[in-house]
Amino acid sequence: MRLVGTSAPRAEGEAKLTGRARYVDDLPLTDFLWGLTVRSTIPYGRILSVDFDAGADWSGVTIVTAKDVPGKNVVVLLEQDQPILAADRVMHREEPIVLLAHRDRDRLWELASRVRIEYERWEPVLDIDASLALEQRLFKDDNVFKAIRIDKGDVEAAFARAARVFERTYETGLQEQAYIENQGMVATWDAAAGRLEVVGSMQCPYYVLKGLCPIMGLAPEKVVVEQAATGGAFGGKEDYPTILAAHASLLSYKSGKTVKMIYDRVEDLVATTKRHPCRTRIRTALDASGSILAMDVDATMDGGAYCTLSPVVLSRGTIHAGGPYNFENIRVESRVVATNTPPNGAFRGFGAPQTIFAMERHMDNLARELGRAPHELREEYLLRPGQTTAFSQNVGDDVYALDIQREAVARTRFEERRRECEEFNRSSRWERRGIGLATFLHGAGFTGNGEVVLDSRLKVDVTADGFVQIYSANTEMGQGKDTTFSQIAADSMGLPMARVRIITPNTARVPNSGPTVASRTAMVVGYLVQEACGAVRKALEAHAGRTWRDPDDFASLAAAHHRERGALEGWSRYEPPPGKVWDDKVYRGAAYGAYAWACYVAAVRVRLDTLEVTVESFDAFQEVGRVLNPVIAEGQIEGGVVQGIGYALCEEVKMRDGVMANANFTNYIIPTFADVPEVKVHFAERPYPFGPFGAKGIGELPMDGPGPALASALTHALGVEVNRIPATPEHLLELLGNE
Amino acid sequence: MSEEGELTTIRCTIDGSPHEHRCHPLTSALDFLRYVAGLTATKEGCKEGECGACAITLDGVVVNSCVVPAAHLQGRRVGTVLGLSRPDELSALQKAFLECGGAQCGICTPGMLVTGARLLEEGERLTEARIREHMAGNLCRCTGYGKIVESLLRASEEER
Ligand code: FES
Ligand code: FES
Repeated sequence: MRLVGTSAPRAEGEAKLTGRARYVDDLPLTDFLWGLTVRSTIPYGRILSVDFDAGADWSGVTIVTAKDVPGKNVVVLLEQDQPILAADRVMHREEPIVLLAHRDRDRLWELASRVRIEYERWEPVLDIDASLALEQRLFKDDNVFKAIRIDKGDVEAAFARAARVFERTYETGLQEQAYIENQGMVATWDAAAGRLEVVGSMQCPYYVLKGLCPIMGLAPEKVVVEQAATGGAFGGKEDYPTILAAHASLLSYKSGKTVKMIYDRVEDLVATTKRHPCRTRIRTALDASGSILAMDVDATMDGGAYCTLSPVVLSRGTIHAGGPYNFENIRVESRVVATNTPPNGAFRGFGAPQTIFAMERHMDNLARELGRAPHELREEYLLRPGQTTAFSQNVGDDVYALDIQREAVARTRFEERRRECEEFNRSSRWERRGIGLATFLHGAGFTGNGEVVLDSRLKVDVTADGFVQIYSANTEMGQGKDTTFSQIAADSMGLPMARVRIITPNTARVPNSGPTVASRTAMVVGYLVQEACGAVRKALEAHAGRTWRDPDDFASLAAAHHRERGALEGWSRYEPPPGKVWDDKVYRGAAYGAYAWACYVAAVRVRLDTLEVTVESFDAFQEVGRVLNPVIAEGQIEGGVVQGIGYALCEEVKMRDGVMANANFTNYIIPTFADVPEVKVHFAERPYPFGPFGAKGIGELPMDGPGPALASALTHALGVEVNRIPATPEHLLELLGNE
Repeated sequence: MSEEGELTTIRCTIDGSPHEHRCHPLTSALDFLRYVAGLTATKEGCKEGECGACAITLDGVVVNSCVVPAAHLQGRRVGTVLGLSRPDELSALQKAFLECGGAQCGICTPGMLVTGARLLEEGERLTEARIREHMAGNLCRCTGYGKIVESLLRASEEER
């Protein structure tokens, strides 16, 4: 093992640094049309008519409405409730109704305003309460896309003998992925061959393929989907690209030309998915001495107008709601409901940041109530080896919660700094300081039996001139997958990285190794890379009767294999780690193959006149199995933490009449260089036997901690409970209002 | 703006090479570079001057090309990321980005490099605070900025 564990430079780094990398809007195209979407201007109602202003020049314009969909007008995901183009009813603002294509992009913008759509307006349901009150029935009988219940121990009995009950409600807002590259797609329908080709910015080429087939009425072998260089995704390019790909395809199908659709920032912000808002109420039964007898957690998420991925977001959120704690009695009840707002979807963390925020804030508030330090109370309940989570998984020895928190507390001098802040606050008139922490776990890979259902496959082959090529559907979107896969393959084969090539994810060329989501790529698919390499290695060694000495020797053995036996390839297929059982009916068992464990510590300074918050320090401690590439792993954590700082402090999606009212980077504020401190990243490593060279997934982990750690620090600084994020100056003013 | 609108001829040098293209005078410098001159290395993130993905230099001054009309390029020197390296060798700043992990998805990178290179040209010894202040107009959603700061610090040391 020479490369795994080193900071090998990013495989596709040079292309990106020299401007040569081709993102979707950079692809050289000849003879193409631009596509544009005309969207609903009301949140809920019936479409009475769609007219095209006779005074405008419509020559050369391709127009597509629901009537033009050759297959089924439906986005097939977990449910089939969402049309690809609204036909008679609109369920949310910015719902696509008409598609236009033309050679001249400026002309398209003009023409879009000449499409007249008349509606019968219905009273929309715009928040969780209105949805639960069934002011309108938007989805089935109860507006509930999915409800989940987890039970451990006897919660009712514990509450019956409680000396007192401590209850709080926590809220987290919408958050925008804000990848810097907006969504974009190019589609080419070849009528003669009856074949559709789509290239674009995406996380999951096979999701796009699967979504396109029913809409276009095409068999899978007639559709090819390829990923272009992708400028950030964070979940935002998990399911939405299917919709954009279908729109571009419909326009290409009708016009017979290649069609390119690139959203601008405003359209991307108003129309595409965001993180689910969530409200969580937690009740705790305490005995007379202040020990926790039971936790009763109740969480509700707003799914938006269509089901999309909401049930699985809720699932991850529910499973993570109990935190890294061993509570003898705990119940988690959750649901995700329908509203007339654009559908919410995947965003790094996928439901977990919301519920972890609630549980971590609650542990903090409880500590405060009981007059104890935040880390002390947590220590008592953090999982020990052999104990069970809220969903009754015995964590065995793979538990690092206590160690990681102790390490964080010691190395950040947490207790001492707490006292320093308190001293400072007694003497300062203009400023307050505070320090806080959050301790959490994050499961890597698909939830429950999800990985088994995915049944991922991966191929590796060796060319006659001695290059190892990895064929996987997993996409590089900045997280460093091309590099870590190359490192894993190089070490598995005993070759330098320059001998490894990554085949571009294209559904005609690569097998389905599953989606690039859920912190699964390095851990689950990386393991498949290692295994497929093992198979190739064995085959070549068997044929040669020996192993190779160096890359040149390897090339000559590979050439001999090609001459004498033909192509040389190896396959791998997902196998669940032994002994991990999950029961989806009662939500119990091994929810994930492995967990990463973390404790994040944040310190803040607040100006009392403006309530402006400065993050003074941020320390992220985590146990991650094995670090494959320190620079890439640190980059993942640092980037995630800064997104989390934005989530906690400044990223506020202001909804007005069912649409984002602050839809640009002037008014939706993501952190800049000047807004964040150096994020200090600390790794602990305890190899996980079913990850490549011991690695666990870490992509989503850093999104979980900053929200609760910063709210904890703000609570410490200001002396009022901060239970809602984003904790903007306006929100802090509300909290301090009475003082 | 429609295709019938009157066109104007823009002459400028881009990364040292003379260019002459016809476009509508209100076309942005960004669209001029990307769609008229076919140089797609400069990226679009917001088209409203907020993200810096489209940063270029105009006679050595960093500007967001999405909010500059193409007509302003007339007769001037335009610098993009394509001019930072020689064909076979990365610049010290690009090398530092590669070593320190300054680029992840890479979409903000051309703008970061152009803005950062200008800072390095000032020749002063860089500090973290100076970098954070100078680069604050460039948004990155992937890195959390730390590794870009590190890249600039390393390049500044290399150049000394
Ligand atoms: S695209 Fe020009 S500043 Fe964002
Ligand atoms: S590297 Fe992705 S936005 Fe900066």
